[in-house]
Parts: sequence; C-alpha cells; structure tokens
Amino acid sequence: MEALRLIASGDSALFEIVLLSMQVSGIALAISTALGVPGGVLLALTRFPGRKLAVVAVYTGMAAPPVVVGLFVYLMLSRSGVLGGLNLSFVPSLFTAGAMVAAQVIIAFPLVAGFTMASVSGVDPAMRLQVRALGASQWQVTWAVLDEARIGVIAAIVAGFGGIISEVGAVMMVGGNIEGRTRVLTTAIVLETSKGNFDLAIALGIILVGIAFLTNYLIVRLQGRSFD
Amino acid sequence: MIDTRNAAQTDASNNNAAHGDDILYAVRNVTKRYGDRTVLDVAHLDIRRGEILSIIGPSGMGKSTLLRLLNFLEPPTSGTIHFHGKTFDNSQEVPLALRRRVTTVFQQPMLLRRSVEANVGYGLRLRGESDRSEQIHAALEEVGLGGLARQPARTLSGGEAQRVALARAMILQPDALLLDEPTANLDPYNVGLIEQIVARLNREHGTTIVLVTHNVFQARRLARRVALMLDGRIVESADAETFFESPGDPRTAAFVRGEMIY
Repeated sequence: MEALRLIASGDSALFEIVLLSMQVSGIALAISTALGVPGGVLLALTRFPGRKLAVVAVYTGMAAPPVVVGLFVYLMLSRSGVLGGLNLSFVPSLFTAGAMVAAQVIIAFPLVAGFTMASVSGVDPAMRLQVRALGASQWQVTWAVLDEARIGVIAAIVAGFGGIISEVGAVMMVGGNIEGRTRVLTTAIVLETSKGNFDLAIALGIILVGIAFLTNYLIVRLQGRSFD
Repeated sequence: MIDTRNAAQTDASNNNAAHGDDILYAVRNVTKRYGDRTVLDVAHLDIRRGEILSIIGPSGMGKSTLLRLLNFLEPPTSGTIHFHGKTFDNSQEVPLALRRRVTTVFQQPMLLRRSVEANVGYGLRLRGESDRSEQIHAALEEVGLGGLARQPARTLSGGEAQRVALARAMILQPDALLLDEPTANLDPYNVGLIEQIVARLNREHGTTIVLVTHNVFQARRLARRVALMLDGRIVESADAETFFESPGDPRTAAFVRGEMIY
C-alpha cells in the first residue's frame, strides 16, 4: 500500500529515475534497432566471406551475460582503456548516461540482429523470386521480405527492449548508480532493497513492469494488422 | 482463322526471319549451368507477339529454368536473349524498366501477408503508380473474386489464391505473361476458370503467353504453338495442330500419347 502511495505522490526523485531509465533504454533500443535490423537482414539474405563467423558472434552476443558486457565497456571507457584514453568527443565517459547507453546497445544489438536474421531467413526464397518477377528492384525485394517477416522483426525489437530495460549488472558497473545522474529503476531497486526500503523498491518494481507492459502493448498495437 | 495466321507465322520463322517486329523473344544458343550440370541448352527459340506458346515435357527438364531466364530473374550461362529490340547476354544487367514488361505466375501463388486488394495492387505500387483502386477492382472482377477485396490473402483457398496471383500479374498489362504450371495443384473448376481468363487475356489484350505445363491436355486447349522440352533441349516446336496430329519427332508422338518412357 505504501508502495502505491509513493507512486501516486509523484515524488520528483522517483520521476527522475523513471525518466532516465526510459531515456537510456529508449536511445539504446533506437540505436540497436537501426543497426540490428539491417544487420540481421544482411546476414540472412547475403553471402559474404566471414558470414558464418559473424552469425556465431551474434549468437554469442545474444547469450553474453550483461555483467561481462559491463566489464568490457568499463575497461574500454576507463581513463586507461582503449577508447577512454583517446579523449574522443563521441566516446562517453565512464559513470555517465552515455556509458550506460553504450553498454545497453552492446546487449540489445545481438538480440535484435539475431532474431531479425532468424525471421527473415524464414521467408520462403520463392517469395523473393515472385516479388522480383513482379518487377521489384533489389531494394524493393529486401523491403518486401522484411515486411513478410515483420512479426518476427517486431519480436526481435521487443526482445532487445526486454533485454535492456530489466538489465542491472552492466548499468550498475558503467553508470555507478549515482543519484540524480545515472540512477535508473533497476539500480535503484537494488539499492533500496539493500537499504531495507522495501516499499520504495516495490514501487520501483511496479513502475518497471508497468513500463515494460505499456511499451510492448504499444509496439504490438502499432503493428496490429500483422497479427490478423 | 487464327490457326492460318499462326501457320503463316510458323513458316516465317522457319525461314529464319528472326528479330522481326512480330518477334517478342529470340532465344539463341542459350545454356544454363548450375555447377557442372547443364539444365538448359536451347539453340533457337522464337516467341511471337500475341501468341500462346506452350512448353510441355516431364518435370525436371528445364522448363521452369527457361521461364526464369525469360523473366530475367537469372542470367544465362551463355548465349543471348533478344527482347524488345535489345539483346542480352550474361554480361549486362537487364534494365528494370524492361524487366517490368514481363511477369510470371508460378505454381505456388505466393501471396503476400496482406489483403487481397493489396496483393493485386502490389506490382503497380512497385512501379510507383497511385490511385489504382479502380484497376484493382476491375482485375478482381475479371478473375471472379470481386467480393473478397478486403480479405487477408492467406485465408483464401488454393484456387482463389491462384486467381489473385493471376489478377496481380494481369493488372500490370505485361507484354509477356509467363505461366509456370499455374494449375498443377488445382481442382478442375479452377483449372477451367484460369484457362478461360488466360485465353481471354490473350484474345482481348494480345498479351503474349508462355505456358509451361506437363499437362498435354491443357496445352491442347490453350496453345497455338507447342514445344516439347527434354533434358533442357527443345525437341520439337510447331503449331498446335501439327504438333499434336502429325509430330515430326517420335518422342513428341510418344509424349503426346502419354506413352513416353523416361
């Protein structure tokens, strides 16, 4: 009950945490989708040297534990790391929201690419031939195949979102759970639970599940015609 | 009357008047190899504007491969295909605009996961043509499916689906419509309907039709000229009457009688 009261009170610190969670995971999902969908299509429809290796890499990425991804990003971005030492403007610093986005992209990209590849591969090659016979250019063929596979592609994006909105290990390591700067729902839940503030932890948990439900509901609704 | 005209054309082609105005396709020394297997080896085949040419023969003899080459879905391994005043071999890409002058209806209707009307209008959309609902409904009426426009295509029966596939091809008003065993999976009612639609399309719009079938009776009902294909080669091609009544090759006679041992 106390948990629900906390949600209803619209506490500003709580609001900040929710907003940052959505921003970080939203941006990471957008980047992962922009890279992962074309990547998955490429792996499914083209043959190039090293393709098998790339497929294995994607599958491995799908199974990679987030804490390992967190460790990897941490080592890359730290002052003495490969990227951190270069002082490039587009490379985010450790313990910032940017670093969390980077980690989440590395987690979500293989999920989006892998499931996209699987669903696009499932479209009958005879369909490609038929679409070409109807006068489609190479781009139009690719688009038609993607459209045929759309239920699977949506599932790929949903899987990517699910993988990062609920993820705690990586964002904890590279974000640092700094209040007002890198504290997101999952890291806040860990903190509040360890402090014994179960009501607040439960409130955060309810919000997290609620966000996941609403987002998935919207995605499914947007593509409603696919499921008829 | 039609038969006489065709007979005259046959004579013309025998006199080797290739590349004339009445020739839509001229296939010369075309081979297709997959690995070290030669699946197609056609020395000489002309397809005339406005004719229904049926290519018959047992399955696995290269008929479908020939259609894929005629639709420019694959390049030949060697040889040339002359189409619309231009000659193509495997060295140049066939321009999209020219490739769009021909289309194929395959044995499987291969409808997209969309509504019936979206399927019928699909080829037009690929060509960037808008405001096409009238055309779509006319095409659906033509194949006897006017009432199903808004249905999801995947809910249709096999015969209905194939008629939608036919409407989707006809609406493009192609110069050549290639049919690859279009009725092999269908019931006699739908076979009859589709044959009627194809014959009408040819008669009223002058669309050139290449019909690949293993069904001798279908070839007999529709074609004005017939060719027998065995092992990737054209054994014999002649106007329908000659082909069926007095074939020049013993293998043609055997296949027509249904006695071919292969």
